[in-house]
Amino acid sequence: MMAFEQVLQQIINGLMLGSIYISVAVAFTLAIGILNFLNFTIPALYMLAGMVGWSLSHYGLPFGITGPLNWIISLVIGVICAIFASLLVERFTYRYFKMKHGDATEHAIPLVSSLGFLLIFEYLILVAHGSDTRRFSTPFSNLDWHIAGFIISIPQFISLVLSIFIVAGLSILLNRTKVGRALRATAENPDAATLMGVDVNRIVPIVFILTGFLCGISAAIFAINYHEVSPYMGDHVGTKAIAAMVIGGLGSVWGAIAGGLIVGLSETLSIYFFGASSAQITVWGLLLVLLIFKPTGLFGHNAIGKGKF
Amino acid sequence: MSGYLSGVLAILGINIIFAYSIYITAATGQLNLGGAGFQAIGAYACAILSNEVGLPIPITLILSAVLGGMISFLIAFPILRTKGVYMVLATFAIAEIVAGIILNSDYLGGPTGIVINEYIETEIVLLVAAIIIFLVFYLMSTRIGLAMRAVHDDDAVADLMGVNKRAVQVGAFTLGGAIAGLSGGLYALYFGFVEAQYFNANISIFVLLYVLIGGTQTAWGPLVGASFFTLIPEALRIGDDWRFFIFGIIIVVMMIFRPEGIVTRDAIERGWSKFFPGGRNA
Repeated sequence: MMAFEQVLQQIINGLMLGSIYISVAVAFTLAIGILNFLNFTIPALYMLAGMVGWSLSHYGLPFGITGPLNWIISLVIGVICAIFASLLVERFTYRYFKMKHGDATEHAIPLVSSLGFLLIFEYLILVAHGSDTRRFSTPFSNLDWHIAGFIISIPQFISLVLSIFIVAGLSILLNRTKVGRALRATAENPDAATLMGVDVNRIVPIVFILTGFLCGISAAIFAINYHEVSPYMGDHVGTKAIAAMVIGGLGSVWGAIAGGLIVGLSETLSIYFFGASSAQITVWGLLLVLLIFKPTGLFGHNAIGKGKF
Repeated sequence: MSGYLSGVLAILGINIIFAYSIYITAATGQLNLGGAGFQAIGAYACAILSNEVGLPIPITLILSAVLGGMISFLIAFPILRTKGVYMVLATFAIAEIVAGIILNSDYLGGPTGIVINEYIETEIVLLVAAIIIFLVFYLMSTRIGLAMRAVHDDDAVADLMGVNKRAVQVGAFTLGGAIAGLSGGLYALYFGFVEAQYFNANISIFVLLYVLIGGTQTAWGPLVGASFFTLIPEALRIGDDWRFFIFGIIIVVMMIFRPEGIVTRDAIERGWSKFFPGGRNA
């Protein structure tokens, strides 16, 4: 294959990798855009969905469920676990401090608390399963599409389309529905939203349910595509998703998509051109340069994330 | 002193110094989530200076602090243009870039790390820690410390009152970088080995947690926080994974009961009035 075609293949791989980052970056951006809360439990929720999915499909499902679609039921249960874990986080970080201190984001308290939950979930899984990378087996190990000499893995392609669909659905939810309007009102000013008849205590958990759902789906897509899960899988994806969110602009859903694809692309291209450990410098260097020259990211809103800690 | 005890004390000393480096920036209201990067700069500077140049130990330590300070001074200007979450993430990016550069550089040993020929005793680490504690306490009691507190509480009002906000923030960031570099130098000399993988995001997160759990209102906070989180796990004597699991639970519970940290200004005032009912100056 010619060098140019190899680069094109890397671009395809980069877009596929970016699709994993997109959902997680959207989860980050929702929490920060609506609640002004940098939710550090997101990598742990992601990992939790993957590891629970793996352990169920590996050790067998409860109630004697077996069959060819064993892995998909396991992953769905994994996603549900992530959603419940996310609600647990909501109960003990955000809601608690909201009740006690009024504006919960006045201090770095929810942020610190979410770091605590990150440790709790991560080391709970480490205690249960050890630190090994586990093989996640699915029926599609070798479903590659060969188009004009390029290799596109079908599950990866489906997951790219799927994550864009999920995010598009989310965008419709935010902009067209009543719940979305309430969410946007809460983002703008929680007190004013309360006065306008929005039950903020019932709206905020929706953000956390969406967070758990997005992380879980993303982890499921990762497990299907790369056939492996590990207790550390969240750290890598989480940091890259944070970079994607910042590049796209805090609080912007479409920015998170653009950021996810940019990070995925720059990661694979810099690995191709400069070697495996250069990706770290490229991605974070890009972010730093962008922050210095355009501190709001590509599509970010001016007011989000500037609040004092 | 037994080997085990002296090992724990040395780690405690290094952690305390590292915690003070993050505290200095946090005291002006900025969270630095890139502590590991600045520590790595100091550690590698120390390793190179003592191996390749062959400088004596006190000079390598001072130079690693100076280098950490110089680099943080240079990046303070772009970094301090950002605020809030953006600033946290910008410092995080710095640490990732530093680790990435070290991993890619053959001169700095790449992923294999560097073995250092020199060695320091636990007593030296503790002595330096005592000096740093004393200096920070002194700094916080001066007008500069007051200005830092003012910028922390409300930067707009501090600015109006004639505090040079920019100078205070840049100065605090630079001093923080220098102290982090010093802690890195001590780490390198005590353990005799540095590798880029040690200076990862978890280290930055933990040291920030020491400071925030200890409390940023007074200079006692990092001392208490770092001691608490270094000694409690040793006392519990359990497996590494359970240790961090319990660490996580302690953090969540602490945020519920003492959201401003273990040591607060209020608590100190109340303590004083208990022993001296007439007030502090009576």
